[in-house]
Amino acid sequence: MEGMGRFIIRRLVGMAAVLFVISILVFLIFNVIPNSDPAQRIGGKNANPELIARINEDWGFNDPLPQQYVSTMKKVFTGDLVSYQNQRNVSDQIEKGIPVTFSLCIGAGIIWLLLGIVFGYLSAVKAGQATDRSLTILALIGISLPVFWLGLVLQYYIGNKLGLFPIGDYVKFTEDPLQWVNHLILPWFTLAVLFIGFYSRVLRSNMLDVMDEDYVRTARAKGLSERQVRLKHVLRNSLIPVITLFGLDFGAVIGGGAILTETVYNLPGVGQYAGQSVASLDLPPLIGITMFGAFFIVFFNTIVDIVYAYLDPRIRLGAQAA
Amino acid sequence: MQDGGRPKPVLSVEDLQVSFATEDGIVRAVEGVSFDLRPGEILGIVGESGCGKSVTAQTMLGLTRASNSSISGNVRFHGKELVNASDEDMQSIRGREISMVFQDPMTSLNPVYRVGDQIVEAIQAHKEIDDAAGKRRATELLASVGIPNADKRVDDYPYEFSGGMRQRAMIAMALSLEPRILIADEPTTALDVTIQAQILRLIQQLNEERGLSVILITHDLGVVAEVADRVLVMYAGQIVEEGTLDEIFYDPQHPYTWGLMGSLTRLDQPPPDRLPQIAGAPPSLLAPPKGCRFRPRCPHAFEKCPEPPDLEVRVANAAGHADRCWLDPKDKKKLREVEGRIGLEVPA
Repeated sequence: MEGMGRFIIRRLVGMAAVLFVISILVFLIFNVIPNSDPAQRIGGKNANPELIARINEDWGFNDPLPQQYVSTMKKVFTGDLVSYQNQRNVSDQIEKGIPVTFSLCIGAGIIWLLLGIVFGYLSAVKAGQATDRSLTILALIGISLPVFWLGLVLQYYIGNKLGLFPIGDYVKFTEDPLQWVNHLILPWFTLAVLFIGFYSRVLRSNMLDVMDEDYVRTARAKGLSERQVRLKHVLRNSLIPVITLFGLDFGAVIGGGAILTETVYNLPGVGQYAGQSVASLDLPPLIGITMFGAFFIVFFNTIVDIVYAYLDPRIRLGAQAA
Repeated sequence: MQDGGRPKPVLSVEDLQVSFATEDGIVRAVEGVSFDLRPGEILGIVGESGCGKSVTAQTMLGLTRASNSSISGNVRFHGKELVNASDEDMQSIRGREISMVFQDPMTSLNPVYRVGDQIVEAIQAHKEIDDAAGKRRATELLASVGIPNADKRVDDYPYEFSGGMRQRAMIAMALSLEPRILIADEPTTALDVTIQAQILRLIQQLNEERGLSVILITHDLGVVAEVADRVLVMYAGQIVEEGTLDEIFYDPQHPYTWGLMGSLTRLDQPPPDRLPQIAGAPPSLLAPPKGCRFRPRCPHAFEKCPEPPDLEVRVANAAGHADRCWLDPKDKKKLREVEGRIGLEVPA
């Protein structure tokens, strides 16, 4: 496993490089977008040109871009980033949002991974039959439903009309665990539906391919029961791409990517903060959240690579695969 | 080998028919195949791709059972009837009493499990044995098929083995529970010639030392000549000739066999100007020709050929040598002589 150590180090170095490039890109993009004049924002609606000029001076907006970049990045790392819109500290806001986002994403993630695998497995094993056809239709519906539409519909029919679950808002786990769950059930499901549909299709497709592989035939010829063949050989090999996909998707949502779900259900997480910041074109929170999100995506990307190498031994040394 | 008073066959196939329903129609892959496998013999089944030899072999182990396959006939093993046996019965026989190794060792082992673990899995499918004991047994098995440093190799992944080593590992795995019969489906086709020789020698050794009965399927007559005791020649889903190795090579009775012999290059004869071929192509199994299936390609076809010939012994004093050809055996010696060797072309 020595190859693994070197592999991990290489990936971590790569991670740092990617984050660096992302930070530059984000910074440049926001300095190019029209209507994002920060001095205007800070000054407010009635700011006169003098005020704007003074703000530009004080805040360093007249400095050359590279200098602004460096000072912004310094603030990111020291936690001094402050919003132009409302003077609130970005790091504090993100910290407040983390438990909410984590509650939403971890719960939804577990649900979508398990159900995606179960449905995909059933679809593959009963391929062509009624079970498969119905699950396929459900999967396609799940993939096609826009999250915000589904969220609103569920809130209206299940939350409002049937009164089964609360419509939105977040209750802290430490305050009331039962209500915490109660308020998260609809959001979990809403976020998970798309992924369940997608993952079940991916797993189904992988399993159908793997079932035709020679080593599955060998397993059968050894006298293993059909169930053993399916679980130990077909599923095990088919899961590898699904697990890696999960790593990437999970990394994306936990970094504040569940913007629509959090907004629709009014969950004060990092995603909702991101949505608000985009709407007001507020650069500091956007830089902060983007770096936060990018970190998680790159981090999970790296984890996924490492897990993949663990699951598929051929990847470890690279060149020697059959 | 004398045919009088021969020992009871260890496996007996009778009128095996296998067909597959496909989008284009029903493919009759195996039509009326019957043969016996005698204890301790190496039976070679030879024929072109698509002649039904692999389907026959896989059907014996129930590996062709599917919603679109239709299987009839008898496969008798040890008093048991295998064609309609339950899945549990078949699982109990596979790997334990009848084992199979397949053509491509590169893809026949699961790439994500260690080789040793896969061998242990084969053993644990049939026997209660703890992991440590299983691993010891796997190491012994790898050593017995000639893999050096077996105690280290047992922990390797398949990609760390070469092709020849993988095939040896497959054979080791197949023999782990000391089955009575080994079916080897083109075990050397994907390997280069020197490795091929090693694998064949291994199979021969196992046959001699343990009395292992072997069905060796191949399209390569050279392989057959090397190790087989008896040979079945298959064409378009049927057996067209059956006999001992000497009978098939020195006194072949079916024009297809003449064609196969004729297309071999021989070191002991001057090279021909052009490599002889059998004209035409094997028939589609969706709609095989009526009567003798080789008729469209046979230069010696005559009026009787549209009537389907049975597989019968037509040669005097050769009780085990059967063929499926209407030609008078007395004419065959002349017909098959082409430029001083056995071949298919009509002599000038």
